[in-house]
Amino acid sequence: MTIEKIQEEIIDEFSMFEDWMQRYEYMIDLGKSLPLIEEEYKTDDHIIKGCQSKVWVHAKLQEDKLVFTADSDAIITKGIIAILIRVFSNQKPQDIIDANTNFIDEIGLKEHLSPTRANGLVSMIKQIKLYAVAYQTQLK
Amino acid sequence: MNITAIRKDFPILHREVNGKPLVYFDNAATSQTPQQVIDVIVDYYQNYNANIHRGVHALSQEATDKYEQARVTIQKHFNIAKSHEVIFTSGTTHSINMVANGFGAFLSVGDEIVVSALEHHSNIVPWQMLCERTGAILKVIPMNLEGELVMETYKELLTNKTKLVFCNHVSNALGTVNPVETIIQEAHKVGAAVLIDGAQAAPHIKADMQALDVDFYTVSAHKVCGPTGAGMLYGKEEWLKKLPPYQGGGEMIAEVTFEKTTYADLPHKFEAGTPNICGGIAFAAALDYMNVIGFKDIATYEEELLEYATEKLLTIDGLKIYGTATNKTAVISFNIEGLHPYDIGSILDKLGIAVRTGHHCAQPIMEFFNIPGTVRASFSFYNTKEEIDALVMGVERARNMLL
Repeated sequence: MTIEKIQEEIIDEFSMFEDWMQRYEYMIDLGKSLPLIEEEYKTDDHIIKGCQSKVWVHAKLQEDKLVFTADSDAIITKGIIAILIRVFSNQKPQDIIDANTNFIDEIGLKEHLSPTRANGLVSMIKQIKLYAVAYQTQLK
Repeated sequence: MNITAIRKDFPILHREVNGKPLVYFDNAATSQTPQQVIDVIVDYYQNYNANIHRGVHALSQEATDKYEQARVTIQKHFNIAKSHEVIFTSGTTHSINMVANGFGAFLSVGDEIVVSALEHHSNIVPWQMLCERTGAILKVIPMNLEGELVMETYKELLTNKTKLVFCNHVSNALGTVNPVETIIQEAHKVGAAVLIDGAQAAPHIKADMQALDVDFYTVSAHKVCGPTGAGMLYGKEEWLKKLPPYQGGGEMIAEVTFEKTTYADLPHKFEAGTPNICGGIAFAAALDYMNVIGFKDIATYEEELLEYATEKLLTIDGLKIYGTATNKTAVISFNIEGLHPYDIGSILDKLGIAVRTGHHCAQPIMEFFNIPGTVRASFSFYNTKEEIDALVMGVERARNMLL
């Protein structure tokens, strides 16, 4: 599925909930199913700065697509990163670089996060895009 | 104390957050502002906004009078001997930096500064910077598992090399009330000066500067129902006379030529530039407001809230409270086994309950307990037991969702 299609799917899912408590419950569930980073990559090199909780993200190339794994010590943060991974994992680096991230505004994620968590979200997206740029260079 | 009447004074307490009535338990970060203080702020801008101390016109005179009256109100509240020992600042951090900056003049290589393990970052960094600048050494008073300072070790740390001791009156992260009387007396025995950060104490304890015999004491207006960006540095006259000024600018000078500037008398020596006039006046109005309610009644009521909340919260499975000092203010720092404080705080926010999560700018304390942070609920005299019930229900709900 294309990045755009997955984003539409997520927007649909989020619009079905009545309030943010339900959305949080959903994110907690997503967090529990996050593809976990291997312990060996849970190092300071893989930590994303700008989060009140710790977040580790790792990317590896499988054929021509990037596969992300991650973890966090906070469960809601895990849910957020799980959403991002669903969008960006198993995609080509160039598509990740080109992807817009409007879906975050559309599901209202940012304004429903605390300012520190919203900053963390921005840092996560930045890190995912940076991985894509790095691997894209490698592919060339 | 009539809580219903008091709550009517605070417009913000009647708003909703996320469709739920606001429960404000982040009072240790900032207190809310009663209408009486808001009126003073509005009155200032509507009726006598002017620059002070140098105008020839009526508005300037009025503003100057009110500002100087505010200084006297603050002086009386803290039982300070002389009004010019009250320096208006932008708040505690500013006050501490003022002392830290000037104190370099009295330090040489090998001198020692003693700081408590319970400090807020703003109380650690300026002294580290001062030590780097002067070659002085920073020593730390350790704490025990209850979050109390180990006073035996403190006494051993004091030597004739100790030039300054600094410590908060009340810990922001744990609520511990430190034995500042003893800390001050012991420091004075070796000739060291003492700075006490009263930011967290001021909303709960009416500190008496002369009885304490403290050398410096700091307060932020926004913790005592006043506005942000205003506060005080109390300094004994003898210290303030010796201490070099912090900033250059208007108001702090007596005479300026290109060869030499002579500084103005106290307090103006430390009040360069146009101050937060409205903030200073509203700071005094906030103290007036709290004094009408009465600090004795406030303390009694808050203790009741603390006991009630402690008892209720401890019924929750896996909940652990950090900071169990016998003498503490109405602050509860806690975690639930297996949960990140940030997650708990986020769920509570969705339920309209405002708490603080994280390390509370006190990373050394979190390191001591080996935790990433805590959830901190801090109560004020305008909070109620019903609100505590809402918190307990919220924490239980968060626990069920997250685990």
